[in-house]
Amino acid sequence: MSLFTLLRLAFRVIGRNKARAALTVLGIVIGVAAVIAMVALGTGAQQNIASQIAALGSNLIIIIPGTTNVAGVRGGGGSSTTVDVEDIDALRREVKTISQIAPANRQQVQIVAGDANWGTQVQGTTPGFYSVRDWHTDQGTTHSDQDEASQNKVCVLGRTVATELFGREDPIDKWVRIKKVPFRVIGVLSSKGQSPMGSDQDDTVIIPFSVYRARMAGTQRDQIQSAYAAAIDANSAQAAVDDMTAVLRQRHHLRESADDDFSIRNLADIAAASREVSESMTLLLGSIAGVSLLVGGIGIMNTMLVSVTERTREIGIRMAVGAKARDILIQFLVEAVVLSAIGGAVGVFFGWLAARLLSDATGWVTIFDPSIAALAFAVSGAVGVFFGFWPARRAAQLDPIDALRYE
Amino acid sequence: MGSTPVIEAVALGKVYATGDTPVVALADVTLQVHPGEFVAVVGASGSGKSTFMNLIGLLDRPTSGLLRLDGVDVAQLNPNQRASVRNHKVGFVFQGFNLLRRTSALENVELPLLYAGIPASARTAAATRALQQVGLGERLGHMPNQLSGGQQQRVAIARALVNQPALLLADEPTGNLDSTTTREILKLFVDLNVNHGITVVMVTHESDVAAVSRRVVQFKDGRVVLDGPPPAEWTPSIDVPWHTPSQAVVA
Ligand SMILES: Nc1ncnc2c1ncn2[C@@H]1O[C@H](COP(=O)(O)OP(=O)(O)OP(=O)(O)O)[C@@H](O)[C@H]1O
Ligand SMILES: [Mg+2]
Repeated sequence: MSLFTLLRLAFRVIGRNKARAALTVLGIVIGVAAVIAMVALGTGAQQNIASQIAALGSNLIIIIPGTTNVAGVRGGGGSSTTVDVEDIDALRREVKTISQIAPANRQQVQIVAGDANWGTQVQGTTPGFYSVRDWHTDQGTTHSDQDEASQNKVCVLGRTVATELFGREDPIDKWVRIKKVPFRVIGVLSSKGQSPMGSDQDDTVIIPFSVYRARMAGTQRDQIQSAYAAAIDANSAQAAVDDMTAVLRQRHHLRESADDDFSIRNLADIAAASREVSESMTLLLGSIAGVSLLVGGIGIMNTMLVSVTERTREIGIRMAVGAKARDILIQFLVEAVVLSAIGGAVGVFFGWLAARLLSDATGWVTIFDPSIAALAFAVSGAVGVFFGFWPARRAAQLDPIDALRYE
Repeated sequence: MGSTPVIEAVALGKVYATGDTPVVALADVTLQVHPGEFVAVVGASGSGKSTFMNLIGLLDRPTSGLLRLDGVDVAQLNPNQRASVRNHKVGFVFQGFNLLRRTSALENVELPLLYAGIPASARTAAATRALQQVGLGERLGHMPNQLSGGQQQRVAIARALVNQPALLLADEPTGNLDSTTTREILKLFVDLNVNHGITVVMVTHESDVAAVSRRVVQFKDGRVVLDGPPPAEWTPSIDVPWHTPSQAVVA
């Protein structure tokens, strides 16, 4: 029998009992839809993270005191006090594989401009920060070495802070107060959006590191919460990490066997960490898909068993006029595959729809991957083969006379 | 007749082992049917007629004895070969029609061709011809439940004939039909036998139907008790070439 004939027959039989077919494929529909929607979300999130990591700046290396786990730039709260200003100066002096290094200390503050008042994070850092982070001003300028040297009380606002304090007004040369210290606004940074960890990177105010040390740091003047360095080029990123590690270990008098009391991560590490997260996410999705396809497959098996029993006489008639066991097997197998493939196709559609509705409702980026859709569709077809085989074989193994006599 | 018998049964037996006492449905049946014969199988209900037909139609397997079709010992055939014999050599007409429900007359008749691997267009052409042959050329698209009993049986006959089998087996083909329809179907069988050389074996309860044949085989308790030409006192319900016109019913 030609495939076309088989398919036509399968569709006709399924069409005779649409309600049953719909209930049968529900498991597969839900499973496939869930996977498609969640993969779309996951891919979207991953791409988001990737672009945000790229936005951190080219050749970026982050130095954080204290030990942190692999996944974690997260530990960079500055709770450890193992890296100090002199370490940074030493790195700047001694490591030839970095072109820039900028310490960055920060704290939560209230910032006041006239009547307006906004809680934000103030960061004290050196001018190298702007190039290392590849972060530039939309309006005005960034602070200079001169500002550092003279401890000028100038600040550069993040986009969010500028908007919160000044609305549509031009903030340049306006005055703001941070911890009662007046600062002159000299620039507004371009918008960076969310960080890989989900915080608003534009919700910040940058002031000269020297001013931060003098006016904001309190007793922790010499401690460094974090520092950003730029490798001289992308190929030197790992060498730069190694060089800096060596310098810091030596300065901290760490023995051969001792762990680093700081952590230095380049972008590749961070990207790998986020990949790791998304891989475990994929694994989770995979098991959800597996379970739902299993349940869906059992539904198909059940329906096919009922169908074989109901159509025992039909099978007998077909055998009586010359159908071979293989013909019957294929007929029922095709029926099972058509059922599950319909479930797969409907599931792909609903998954796509769900992802779209979700991204419309929440603003999350979702990416519909046609190859995942094709894979889900193929897997649902395979589920049909797998779970349809046993019922089909039962049909094929019927004895013609028994099948004909079946009441 | 020196030719190979179409059917050759030697001590054929069938015992059903259902229940505590086995049922002997067929015992020690030995007979030959030669090409071109028209045989009526008669006997009381439960005498083993259907059992015999199912065996020679390769729908069932004997529990003892030997069965040859066209000289081939069917015990040597594997399931696929048996299916192929059912498909190509034998046309089976059931008492209960056994048409596929919700499937048009045309598609029912196409069924054997489907399993013979005939392409769709040739299938439709041959099935249409077979339905025209049984007088249902106008009913191709009808479903079985839109056809009368006689029409359904004619669809079943068209299905049995469509693959041009050498042997037509009919188990009470007229059992459910009125006398007019019965005569039409008998005429068809006689025509197939006389003009197309098809060997016909037909089970019936009615003497006027059996009398149409040239040979009557009577079963009793699973055994053949009588084998010969129809008794002279049986009046065939239609004119047949092998009887004198005077014996036919004068309507
Ligand atoms: N599947 C079966 N299981 C057990 N016994 C059976 C089975 N089929 C038939 N028989 C028995 O075999 C015997 C012969 O049955 P068969 O159907 O051949 O009779 P028949 O001559 O065709 O009768 P009828 O004229 O009523 O159709 C009967 O006694 C019947 O009860
Ligand atoms: Mg019978």
